[in-house]
Order: sequence, then C-alpha cells, then structure tokens
Amino acid sequence: MKARVWGCRGSLPAPAPDTIRYGGNTSCVELSVDDDTVLILDAGSGIRPLGQALAKGPPRAIHVLLTHLHLDHLQGLAFFLPFWSDAADLHVWGPPSPLLSLAERVAVYVSPPLFPVSLSDVPSRPSFHDVPDEPWMIGSALVAGYPVVHQGPTMGFRVTADARTLAYLPDHEPSLGIDLTQIEPEWISGYQVAHGADVLLHDAQYSDHEYRTHVGWGHSSIDHAVTFARVMQVDQLVMFHHDPAHTDAQLESMRDLANSRGGTRDPVLAAEGMEIHLGPAGVDIESSAPTSPAQPVTLPE
Amino acid sequence: MDAKNHKSLLLILARELASNLATPMFVVDVQGVLVFYNEAAEMLLGQSFSITGPIGPDQWGGTMFQPEDLDGNPITVNDLPLVDTMRERRPEHARFRITGLDGVKRTIEATSFPLFARVHDLAGAVSVFWEEEQ
Repeated sequence: MKARVWGCRGSLPAPAPDTIRYGGNTSCVELSVDDDTVLILDAGSGIRPLGQALAKGPPRAIHVLLTHLHLDHLQGLAFFLPFWSDAADLHVWGPPSPLLSLAERVAVYVSPPLFPVSLSDVPSRPSFHDVPDEPWMIGSALVAGYPVVHQGPTMGFRVTADARTLAYLPDHEPSLGIDLTQIEPEWISGYQVAHGADVLLHDAQYSDHEYRTHVGWGHSSIDHAVTFARVMQVDQLVMFHHDPAHTDAQLESMRDLANSRGGTRDPVLAAEGMEIHLGPAGVDIESSAPTSPAQPVTLPE
Repeated sequence: MDAKNHKSLLLILARELASNLATPMFVVDVQGVLVFYNEAAEMLLGQSFSITGPIGPDQWGGTMFQPEDLDGNPITVNDLPLVDTMRERRPEHARFRITGLDGVKRTIEATSFPLFARVHDLAGAVSVFWEEEQ
C-alpha cells in the first residue's frame, strides 16, 4: 500500500511563499492498494491536482472516502477531473445522517448558488454510499470507518492492506473533557481507528498555547496528537491538518516540540508530495520537505 | 486491534459528559452493564467507580442498591426506569428509594433516556438522578 499526500492543510487553502514546503492545499490523501482501485481520503483542494494525475493513467475504480462534509474536506470534489467524466467509475463514501442522504448533503455545495452546476447534471453520476457500520472491502483493502469526536458527524478511517494499517484522523479532538493518560484507551475517541496502526495521520492543528483558546473546536494540539499516538501504540505519527496561519518555520518548530515529547518514532509533518510506503518490509516515508528547520521560531508557552 | 473492547462514540461522549457533570449520572451499555458513573453518583451510592468497576444489571439493579418504592416495597430490577428505558427504548422517570453502599437510605428521582447512534442502533442509555432534600 502506498499513500501520497496531496493536501494536508486544515480549514482553508493557504498558498503562500512561506507555506510552500508543506503545501497549502486542504486534506486529500491518495491510497494505492492495487492496480484496479484507488482510494482517496477526503476531497479537499488537494484532490484537484490528484485528478489531473489520475487522468494520465489507466482507468481505475475511484473511491473517495469523506471523513465529514466541512468545506476543507469537500471543496475539491467539483474540481476533480473524474467527476466530469462519464466514463469514470466514481464512488463517494461519507458519514450517514438520519435526515438526508449523502448525495443530498453534498448537493448543498454542488448546486447553485454555491456552484454553477447541479449535482444531478454531473457527467460521472457518482455513486454515493453511507459508510457501513462494519469493515468492508474496497479492492484488496479492508476499510473501516468509525465516528469520532469533532464538530458534527465525522468519521475516522482505518485501511489495512499488505498486512499494514494506515489510520486517518485529520479532524479529531479526543482530549475534549478527558486526560488521555488517565483513561483506558478503549474509552478514547478514535481507538477503533488508530489502535496498533503502523501509520497514523492525525490532526495536530494547534500549538499547546493556541489550543487553550480553541477548546471544543474539534482539533488537537501537538501534545494531544503525540499522546494519542503513544496511548494507541501507533508506530509512526504523521502530523496533519496544519493550521492555515502556520508558516513552514512554525510547523517545523511544532514538529521539533513533538519530537521532544517522545514516542516509538519521531513524529513527522505531513507535506504535499510525501509518499508513505507500507509493506512487508515496514514503513518508509519519502518527503521533499526538510527534516530540520532553516530558521526555527519560538512558540509561545 | 482488540475490537471487542471498543466503546461506541455515544458512550464515550456520555462518559465525558458525566465526568464533567455535577449531577449524578449512570451510563449503561447496550447489554445493560453499568459502564460508568460519575463522582456525583459516587456521593449518592457511597462507592467509587474506580473501586466497583463495571457492574452487571442484576447487581446494580438488585442487591447492590436495594431499590424500594416510597412505601418500602422492593422494586425488581425490571421495574427500574433505566432497565425500562433499555427494554422499551424510551425515556422513563420514577421516584423511589435506594440504600447506598454506605448504608444510607435516600429518596431519589431518576430520569433515563436511550442513546441511539442511528434511528434503530441502540448504543446504551443514561440515567440522571436527583436526591430529594432531607
């Protein structure tokens, strides 16, 4: 299984000279599990360049797994090339709702006045599916989606293939109201998604200082992300959902702080273009982003 | 991953709510096991959850707190509002007496309601208690 990060910014795209190393596109991760199928975790603005890349390759079944419908996880869908191809085999999975189907909820965005074309006129005619209660197969991958603590109905996804597991929790505040070190792991939101995973892409939006004024907003601090990964016995934490206001230098200082807090492996920052290879030999991460900051910044205590 | 031990998000949120609530509160899972009660309930019941741990319905609904009606007649486990909520999947309210693990008899009111993750997907139930002023 290979994961490629196409977007790891949270909340809003943030293209700028000082965000270029980690990227400004919002959440999107491509998972290649076999020759016939591609899984895409979230449809943030990063899905636009992914669509261009997919258009150059052979046709494959495309499964887009939406953790939730906040715009930074959905805004790229209507700019995804296969969305506009009547030959595409496109499936969209998302959290269930007791009131509206997933298609009806996505159509709130993909329809006038927010968008010029109605969902019913989209050539690919995507198939919309509620994430089932039990794990299911997509191609050769075992996929499981579970509700987690965020603002509004939100899923985390656990994908297992080639005997390796990748967990994806881009928007997650498991520490809300509890001390992660003082409670049994199975009582922590996200346990089913992350426990024992080889790689965890987890929300690390805020510095510890920033979190104090954002409690209940649905996101994690560095300390929460590191502690969550340790409690869940994750092998490799990848810090994800970078705040749009954080520059590359700030992110690298946050990463260095995370590294100082310990874990099985040093946490790394998700970066656009990062590739994570998961296979029998273990986990290998390739990233063009540097491992140490050129000019560290001081984070407020 | 040990999938058997995982907890429904609704139970996790209910426990978080109970942990931060000054009102006594029980959280039971879909099997009726008392999987958590908060500090305020510990005051009412006279025993810490960290000591008792999870408690099966026969125990918490029967011998443990010796529930009785206001005339002193024992209440069977099946007639307790929280058990009724689990069985009928609807809110219940009742006023009755219990004897805490500290031996003190108290008159309480209990309101319970089911936790549905989806329309028909029962995850458990919660019960909130008010002790009648002496």
